Amino acid sequence: MWNRAKRIAAVALAAGWVGGCLAAAGDDPLQSPQWTELRRTYLGASPVVFDPRVKVSGPQVAEDSMNVPVGVRIDGLEGVSRVIVIADLNPIVKVLEFQPRGALPALHFRMKLQQGSPIRAMAQTADGTWHVGGIWIDAAGGGCTAPSVGRSAANWTETLGQVQARIWQGEQQSRIKLNIMHPMDTGLAPGIPAFYIERLSLRDGADREWMALDTFEPVSENPVFSFDFPGVPPAGLTLVGRDNNGNRINAKVAR
Amino acid sequence: MSSAAWRALFTLICAVALAPTLVPAQEPDYGLAPQRIADDVYVLVGRTEDFSRGNGGNIVNTAFVVAPEGVVVIDSGPSRLYGEQLRRAIARVTPKPLLKVFNTHHHPDHYLGNQAFADKPTAALPTTISGQRSEGGAFTENLYRMAGDWMKGTESVPAREPVSPGLVTIGGRPFELLLFAGHTQGDLAILDRQSGVLFAGDLVFWNRAPTTPHADVATWLATLDRLEALPFRLMVPGHGEPVPDARGIAQTRAYLRWLEGALRSAAERGDEMTELLARPLPPELATIPLSRLEFARSVAHLYRRYEAPTLKQAR
Repeated sequence: MWNRAKRIAAVALAAGWVGGCLAAAGDDPLQSPQWTELRRTYLGASPVVFDPRVKVSGPQVAEDSMNVPVGVRIDGLEGVSRVIVIADLNPIVKVLEFQPRGALPALHFRMKLQQGSPIRAMAQTADGTWHVGGIWIDAAGGGCTAPSVGRSAANWTETLGQVQARIWQGEQQSRIKLNIMHPMDTGLAPGIPAFYIERLSLRDGADREWMALDTFEPVSENPVFSFDFPGVPPAGLTLVGRDNNGNRINAKVAR
Repeated sequence: MSSAAWRALFTLICAVALAPTLVPAQEPDYGLAPQRIADDVYVLVGRTEDFSRGNGGNIVNTAFVVAPEGVVVIDSGPSRLYGEQLRRAIARVTPKPLLKVFNTHHHPDHYLGNQAFADKPTAALPTTISGQRSEGGAFTENLYRMAGDWMKGTESVPAREPVSPGLVTIGGRPFELLLFAGHTQGDLAILDRQSGVLFAGDLVFWNRAPTTPHADVATWLATLDRLEALPFRLMVPGHGEPVPDARGIAQTRAYLRWLEGALRSAAERGDEMTELLARPLPPELATIPLSRLEFARSVAHLYRRYEAPTLKQAR
């Protein structure tokens, strides 16, 4: 892809420039000019390692910039308490923050991409270290500044916050897939304020939290998430959440 | 250095710097060479590649038939420039007037050459015309990005005459206009009765993986059965070499059946799109050019339709 080659060349050039003054930028396998700054913003002074055990998956090129599928899997890394996903070159960088709790440190979602960008998962372990993995996804763009598709339908308010779900039970692990009806407006489309789900969690009958997810504007409209659990997930799970306008989400996830 | 030498050097530097702007840019050449495949029937076979700055979007087949009183053109190519060069290529074959330009469907590589035929009747199915009107802008923008300078001055010019299916005589030669769907909402196939050549548009891909941005796979598969029943002697697919039998249909069918099965079984297993992307293609399909790329695109186009019914309302 010509565009991608050009962009990589530009990024490499920029990285070379920055690399001359800041050694830290040179560590980044994705050679992003933003990395030094993003690291400071999201990870502060905590120790950081680029770690191949943090695997991000996605297409090489985003066919639909409004719905770019991304997967995160972390194998062989104990005690992951938080996973932050960012897109370096998106106008809104932070995509989500995941606390696996009883779930595996793995999740799938779909997001909006404004242009080709590194997509990174940053997982924090008990010792405070951040383990970072990522890929580059190329995109024609426009995913963040276009209005949500559902806005053109008259009845989007009737389905707001509705949830479709399914649990696939396996012997080793199980998957919960969730689809929540929500415009997830970024606030970057002219005349449409930011309107998005901020918080989702799965709770059992005793109100114990089995996973918690903070979501931000770049998550796709009517988002679909998959969470994986070791063995069989607890019975009677409820998806509880809210958006930035105070609308509540509450739905029982039947097994 | 003397001041004269400085002046000479300065002149030289300016000359070098300005040279590219002084020499008029040469028009890129698609090298269109009509290939005669039957009496009075010609095809311009595009490359089985994705759009690029190297091929200028010449990845598509266009064709023309020389009827007793004039020429019928089937698809006009990916750009204004292609349309102009196609027109010149036709004029090198026959001095007869252009009577009609058909667009088989609304995808940009099949109609963005319409601009070069603005003084001639252009015709397409009504669904094609409405697709050209609503999506033409985005298509054109996308091709500018992928094919670059070749697209210079190209604008989406939708066909003007709605086509209704049936037998028509154009310039003294009978054509059967056939309404199908599956690759898009309206796909026009044209059977040239006299030669037995079937112009299948993008309902058939041959040695080039099918594309699905507007596809309905089940409808497409049903259409392939109907195409196979037609009395054709030679088939011109939308992409790939002309083929004298049903091999193009069989390959397109095999790919689409596998695609549909892969999407459905993945959705039923609860797989995510990125997991499906990592799946290998069966060996006989993996060797079709661009199958890996088009499979990834198809997952983006179609997976949601297979996934949504697997989820249940939660209250």
